[in-house]
Amino acid sequence: MNAIIELWNTIVELFAYDFFKKAFLAAVFASISCGIIGSYIVSKRIVFISGGITHASFGGIGLAFLLGFNPLLGAVIFAVLSALGIQFFTKVAEIREDSSIAIWWSLGMALGIIFIFLTPGYTPNLMSYLFGNILTVTNSELWWMFALNIVIIAFFILLFRKILYIAFDEEFARAAGLRVSLFNYLTITLIALTVVLNIRVVGIILILSLLTIPQATANLFTNDFKKLLILSSVFAFIGTISGLFISYFLNIPSGAAIIFTLVTIFGILRLLKYFL
Amino acid sequence: MEPLIKIQNLTVGYDKLPVLKKVNFEIFEKDFIGVIGPNGGGKTTLLKAVLGLLNPVEGKIEFRKDINGRKKSIGYLPQVRHIDRKFPITVFDVVRSGSLMHSQTKIGGGDLRQKVEELLSEMGISNIRNKAIGELSGGQMQRVFLCRALLSDPKILILDEPDTFVDNRFEGELYEKLRFLNQEVAIILVSHDLGTISSYVKTIACVNGNLHYHQSNSITQDQLDGYNCPIQIITHGEIPHTVLKHHH
Repeated sequence: MNAIIELWNTIVELFAYDFFKKAFLAAVFASISCGIIGSYIVSKRIVFISGGITHASFGGIGLAFLLGFNPLLGAVIFAVLSALGIQFFTKVAEIREDSSIAIWWSLGMALGIIFIFLTPGYTPNLMSYLFGNILTVTNSELWWMFALNIVIIAFFILLFRKILYIAFDEEFARAAGLRVSLFNYLTITLIALTVVLNIRVVGIILILSLLTIPQATANLFTNDFKKLLILSSVFAFIGTISGLFISYFLNIPSGAAIIFTLVTIFGILRLLKYFL
Repeated sequence: MEPLIKIQNLTVGYDKLPVLKKVNFEIFEKDFIGVIGPNGGGKTTLLKAVLGLLNPVEGKIEFRKDINGRKKSIGYLPQVRHIDRKFPITVFDVVRSGSLMHSQTKIGGGDLRQKVEELLSEMGISNIRNKAIGELSGGQMQRVFLCRALLSDPKILILDEPDTFVDNRFEGELYEKLRFLNQEVAIILVSHDLGTISSYVKTIACVNGNLHYHQSNSITQDQLDGYNCPIQIITHGEIPHTVLKHHH
């Protein structure tokens, strides 16, 4: 009993720290945005395209280091450009879609490495962009994440039916006269923004986890799109917060700890569902 | 009588490669047209053109003025094999998505839900309304998508191979149901099974627009002879609505 009280006290003390309050808020925002956008990505089977956009954004981070502006701004530019680039390669240049994704994926990473190599001096934050560090999130990043959450929630509430129907059967939506292409450009932009603004939480290499693992866990319990959106956010939150504590107590990197927790939760619930 | 849809001199295809060339085709009220033809012959291409999913390279598709264009007149049942069965969506929501095709009188909210319920019970699938589509049998899937197609009170019902993955018993039920609907609605049905549809449809259209000769088991040699035409109408029983037009 004493051990539990002690743990509780430690947690309460942690929240007295400014950096921990920020990390907690970042976890909330990341869970909501990744829970919702991830459900869409998984349902529509565009996980791979999202992976391509994420990794391509590294080129922007490198460029920002080289020219000395905000790395997240660079990441946004490269993420959106690669999203459009993938569409262009597939539709206009007639390259297979999975190949064009791979091209942009690796091109972005390569450019990032080149830019960083050309940057004079040491680039201290590089690891935190690749693998995330939720404990170093800044105020302005939190504001951006908050704004993104508002946009995503509003978008999904206002257009819920259309989002669902287009994702489920694009051809039918097209036949009904919906502007499917415009809609797809909008959603891919939201995906790019979600990926980039959550890079600080789990990093470029690991962000796909927040977009897929909570969704897989939620999918164990529901096959209803609306419930999937909500439940994924809940599981993402549980995993992120637990990972955050584990990272603190075991003194291991937060991004990796969060993903390990997410997978463990999925594994346990999957087994429970199998046996019960 | 003015046709519901009038297709004139239509050439359509993918990436500038025409699949259908200079097709003329008219669909009248209460038509029940079975579209057959070899794979790649243009059956689905014809449907996509009518649905507005493919733009004509040449020619035009006109809808009768009183039915307000395709959005407000067509019910569409796609090939079920193109549906992602793992998508997290319930039967009720699939049927409800039929509301994207606007009906003549726009409905929404409670009335819409009411209408979905009615269709589900009419089709005998109210009991699976909350199931995910991944849990359904082939016959149940077809019924769900037929409900979706009917939600907007279409004047023309377009079905792309509704008999795939369906057992014989449901196939019979489906065609009886279509025959009943046909009292009010014109039906265009793509099938690879001439034997089954010929006893239900009023007209058969053979589509082979790319001028290649394909051997097909489902049609007789006589009908294959007509395949050097982009589209040919062979009438059954009823008075022919559609004029036989040869392509030279």
